[in-house]
Amino acid sequence: MRGGPGPRHRWPVIEVSGLTKRYGPKTAVNGLTFTVRPGHVTGFLGPNGAGKSTTLRMILGLNEPTSGTAAVAGRPFRDRPRGLRHVGALLDAHDVHGGRTAYAQLSALARGNRIPRRRVEEVLREVGLAEAARRRVGGFSLGMRQRLGIATALLGDPPVLLFDEPINGLDPEGVRWVRGLFRRLAAEGRTVFVSSHLMSEMEHTADHLIVIGRGELIADESLAAFAARGTPQSVTVRTPDVASLTAVLTAEGASVRPDGDQALTVTGLSAARVGELAFRHRVPLHELAARTASLEEAFMELTAGSVEYLAGDVR
Amino acid sequence: MTAPALTDRPAVAEPRARFRDLLAAEWTKLWSLRSTYWTLLLSGLAVIGLNVNAAVADHHNWPRYGADIRAIFVPIWAMRDAFTQVAGLVLMLAAGSVGAITITGEYGTGLVRTTFSAVPDRRSLVTAKLIDVTVVMLGYGAVVAGTSFWATQAILSGRHAGISIGYPGAFQAVAASAVLAPVCALIGMGLGAIIRHGAATMVITTAVLLLLPFCFTDHYRWTADIEHVLPASAWQRLIDVGYGRFGFPVRRPTTTTEAWIALALWALGAALVAITVVHRRDV
Repeated sequence: MRGGPGPRHRWPVIEVSGLTKRYGPKTAVNGLTFTVRPGHVTGFLGPNGAGKSTTLRMILGLNEPTSGTAAVAGRPFRDRPRGLRHVGALLDAHDVHGGRTAYAQLSALARGNRIPRRRVEEVLREVGLAEAARRRVGGFSLGMRQRLGIATALLGDPPVLLFDEPINGLDPEGVRWVRGLFRRLAAEGRTVFVSSHLMSEMEHTADHLIVIGRGELIADESLAAFAARGTPQSVTVRTPDVASLTAVLTAEGASVRPDGDQALTVTGLSAARVGELAFRHRVPLHELAARTASLEEAFMELTAGSVEYLAGDVR
Repeated sequence: MTAPALTDRPAVAEPRARFRDLLAAEWTKLWSLRSTYWTLLLSGLAVIGLNVNAAVADHHNWPRYGADIRAIFVPIWAMRDAFTQVAGLVLMLAAGSVGAITITGEYGTGLVRTTFSAVPDRRSLVTAKLIDVTVVMLGYGAVVAGTSFWATQAILSGRHAGISIGYPGAFQAVAASAVLAPVCALIGMGLGAIIRHGAATMVITTAVLLLLPFCFTDHYRWTADIEHVLPASAWQRLIDVGYGRFGFPVRRPTTTTEAWIALALWALGAALVAITVVHRRDV
């Protein structure tokens, strides 16, 4: 179904409404509704197989939704004759022909979109591939291909940018560069939508998060609000005398959970308080550490019920 | 979250989309692959070489030919040297492959997603690709067919057994051989759009172009009809300057007009299939 929700926004907003995609009996994306706004880096998170790539493909008009709509700046993307000036996308760094040079690949794309040739050299310089421009892409490392994909996305200087797992294969310098780039693009007022299955990537990049699992929306909120969902603060403590310490801490109203052989996870008491109590009751401690809830944990907890592919059958 | 700064970026200013930019873009893509040069060069040399070899053999064996062969050497054998069966097969296979690869190369590598993200108007893009391939393959076919005819007849003229391009049917034979290349390339593109997988497309394209003619005989009217409209058979008909004459009767004859129409329909049908299928299906 195409047609879109009508021109509600002429601004570079991505609007997804009731988006659903079924492949036979399998529902890849189920009734997704969210809006991605300009001026922010929005993280698109979910475990592997959650439907992130399928959603991005539907936004780009590559896959037709079973029902629902996806619009960019008020129009389904497929209704536009040319795309690069509207949306820049890096879906998969391997979506290139290994037999062409980076320069040839970008030149052809630029030509089809009436983008001047000097822009090709500009973006190649920007992503650090100026030296490798005349080499065939088949010989590129994954990191170089990611850079080429980013160059492709930037080619039309678009107000909306989509990146599917852009960090994969980048070296630490590349990761830092990409984060800076995303922030800069957002600061310029663009809509930047970045998918990942790793929360830790988003922690340093995104202002806003859209989290999905099994094709359904789990969270759509700011990074701060998301972080607050994490497990309450806890203390990890190691002692050779687990029994005594458990008794002491429980008496103080803490909830104590064994965490391995000689360790306890304590919630409801600060690390300082645990230390004081142990000292007063002469229980020897080998380790005492406060644990802050990480975004990674918040993410794991939130998506725990919707992990598609789980290694082994632990849990 | 803070309110988005909506005033930062106004709507996109974009030059009008032009079809000729897509033609230029697809042209760049076609010629930025080494495989295009190599396939065209090597297959072209093979086709010309095979035909020249036939002419050289006839030139060499001429003194041993009897009066019966010499009587009909012009035009039948002379033309068969210009466009031998095996050279025709090579040309069809090469052209079909070049066409198929322009589509399966997109799908097989995933490049197609980059392509359609840049140009969401898939029908225009595929049309541009079809036109570019047709132009290239028509040029290739013209060079290969023209050279084959000229070289073989030049060799045979050493025995006064060559024909000129003005000979009745000769120009039609050269034209049909030239056109065969783009027709087969378009068939490869149409099948590539349906099948998408490179190797599978090659197998099916080979089967349609080369094997199918063997499956239909002139035993029944309907099998003969099917055989006549196959690309290989239509081409055979158009290069057969002695069709139905010189004591070679044809059981269920067909006309050159029908053969031309058959080639045109294959080309048109394949192009329409490619445009429609690519437009409709997810990538």
